[in-house]
Amino acid sequence: MAAPTTLPSALADAVRDESSLRRFLHGLPGVDQVGVEQRAAGLGTRSIKKAAKLHAIDLAISMVDLTTLEGADTPGKVRGLAAKARRPDPERPDVPKVAAVCVYPDMVKTAADELVGTGINVASVATAFPSGRSTLDIKLADTRFAVEQGASEVDMVIDRGAFLSGRYGQVFEEIAQVKQACGDAHLKVILETGELVTYDNVRRASWLALLAGGDFIKTSTGKVQPAATLPVTHVMLQAVRDWKSQTGELRGVKPAGGIRTTKDAIKFLVAVNEVAGPEWLDPHLFRFGASTLLNDLLMQRRTQLDGHYSGPDYVTVD
Amino acid sequence: MWEYAPAPESRDIANLRPNYRMFVDGQFVEGSGEPLKTVNPATEEVLAEVSTASQSDVDTAVKAARRAYDRVWSKMPGSERAKYIYRIARQIQERGRELAVLETLDNGKPIKESRDVDVPTAASHFFYHAGWADKLDHAGYGPDPKPLGVAGQVIPWNFPLLMAAWKIAPALACGNTVVLKPAETTPLTALVLADIIAQCDLPPGVVNIIPGAGDVGAALVGHEDVNKVAFTGSTDVGKIIQGQLAGTDKKLTLELGGKAANIVFDDAPLDQAVEGIVNGIFFNQGHVCCAGSRLLVQESIADELLEKLHARVSTLRVGDPLDKNTDVGAINSREQLAKIKELTESGEAEGAQRWTSSCPLPDKGFFFAPTVFSNVSQAMRIAREEIFGPVLSVLTFRTPEEAVAKANNTPYGLSAGIWTEKGSRILWMAQRMRAGVVWSNTFNRFDPTAPFGGYQESGFGREGGRTGLEAYLDV
Repeated sequence: MAAPTTLPSALADAVRDESSLRRFLHGLPGVDQVGVEQRAAGLGTRSIKKAAKLHAIDLAISMVDLTTLEGADTPGKVRGLAAKARRPDPERPDVPKVAAVCVYPDMVKTAADELVGTGINVASVATAFPSGRSTLDIKLADTRFAVEQGASEVDMVIDRGAFLSGRYGQVFEEIAQVKQACGDAHLKVILETGELVTYDNVRRASWLALLAGGDFIKTSTGKVQPAATLPVTHVMLQAVRDWKSQTGELRGVKPAGGIRTTKDAIKFLVAVNEVAGPEWLDPHLFRFGASTLLNDLLMQRRTQLDGHYSGPDYVTVD
Repeated sequence: MWEYAPAPESRDIANLRPNYRMFVDGQFVEGSGEPLKTVNPATEEVLAEVSTASQSDVDTAVKAARRAYDRVWSKMPGSERAKYIYRIARQIQERGRELAVLETLDNGKPIKESRDVDVPTAASHFFYHAGWADKLDHAGYGPDPKPLGVAGQVIPWNFPLLMAAWKIAPALACGNTVVLKPAETTPLTALVLADIIAQCDLPPGVVNIIPGAGDVGAALVGHEDVNKVAFTGSTDVGKIIQGQLAGTDKKLTLELGGKAANIVFDDAPLDQAVEGIVNGIFFNQGHVCCAGSRLLVQESIADELLEKLHARVSTLRVGDPLDKNTDVGAINSREQLAKIKELTESGEAEGAQRWTSSCPLPDKGFFFAPTVFSNVSQAMRIAREEIFGPVLSVLTFRTPEEAVAKANNTPYGLSAGIWTEKGSRILWMAQRMRAGVVWSNTFNRFDPTAPFGGYQESGFGREGGRTGLEAYLDV
């Protein structure tokens, strides 16, 4: 197995072969469920008000991967989403634009055409999203197609079947090859934590994805419940923090699915700030995969600035 | 950078009054002792003047408690006593915010702790014991266990309301009446609890609350008509009380100091162990008798753990206790702050390596930045004496046997923490810990169903759970 980046010797040893990888992943410190959930709930009580809240709202908007992943998606819907991404609140030009628009591969071209020159990334899901149930060739072809169509970010899914049956080498290989197929595009590795179930698995999958070259680790497809929970995100933030302390490299985290309110988003930002560190409060290193969150952020932003609530009719539905 | 804006809880919620009076025989009355001024340790401002008890007030209170015991409370069916105790519990919840803010003003602890720990746990102690009041026949102490009579109770300043609840709830549930002395520096929430008790229409004299200093406590525990003494506080005072009571037929429970070991093995869930260490020593500014003030870490992971610990402690927010985002509040008094400083200086002088969080501290008030000493040895004062502040001493060990030997090598024995993913090791360690409470993969968790108490110089007797009832029953 070949590590995609130059790793410090301890980590290079971990990816030497399948059994080294297994030993490394199983040698990671365990995660105590009660403890991590208690810590997540505790940090969730932080009270973010006034200027700090407004700052958090703008930061969260700039971190949104505005997403539509429906069978019923149309080019028209994707164009609408791109318009929303460019200017989330049409009446308020000072609202930051979102980080990326996230679509299925066949919609990438539509999105890319709409977003040329805006600095907004086009993210595409790939690798037989959301189940990941296909052959490696097809997954690689899926990835290459997305990149050719103009995706600058690829959100892949790991093979949970292989992971859960302990075939870590296979998962590693797949991520590494998809990373190669991405070329310059950034790779987000979806762990689908709702199917991994335990926090120990989440930690192992996080490290596996980081070792294999994932630029981001992402919680979920949004198609499986539970999706992005705070404690799962804590475990993943600990992984990128520890990755940085061992390699000096900064990798990102993306919770996706189920984050719908400003209040929730702020809890995640507090976790980013206090678990990983303030360095990660940056759209290059933290994203929200969300569709309905943006509107709540916009409504709360208006409330902060205007001093009163407006209501859902003052923000656009798509 | 993302700075959290100040998010202070409003101090008006505390309904702070300029004067507080003692509560005797169902009335708030002026005590004839010298009034005391209670201070907000975060600002050093005087919060209120509180009347204190004299020797004769103590006598009046004990007499009132005796009358209430003889005429009403000991004869009342348990199911009726339960109604009163449930009512107190509900009123504590009802006035939870008021109590939390007042506690934070008077004690200096962060509002998030008074709001999320002290007040809800106080209410749960009343709820739990209310449930026992009509089931004492089934508690395992015989078919019809009798109460003891008048309980004289003296409590400390670190959890003023919660300690009052720990003391009063089981006493009432078992049919005793109470005279309680809150700590000199933190009398206010106990007097609001008195107001709640008055609101709940408890028969006069069942609960009496008499503020004052040590002399009032001494008069109370020495009073000839007190049948049961319960004290939580320092080991020094505990010894004096035990001496004072020797040769009398008063029943005594003592909950005293501690120097607990928090033991982290190399297979521990590290991130959660770090949280547990932080919670163990920085919860309530370390003013916790069962605080995990000695960290024993297996040598093979010591450096990694220490690095994570320093990073985590650096994120602790120290400052205005009323701010909802404050993690570590004010040290309760100037005297306590001086004691903490003196002991940390001794740590440096004896050669331990000091690391202190670089967090900013307020200009006014009594504050102490979270501090971690590494390279500590068993012989140093900071490994042996209770600091009762936000100061952690880190020692290492190599084998489980060594961990046991070091953990038990203290005159105290209140609590211990064991961090390992291996269940069999948890059980092996727990059997060998000479500590009344052993937590595993967590720390500083309190629940009214779990008995709490110590070994050796940490005291004797248990509070909470079925076991805790024994202290208030004639068995």
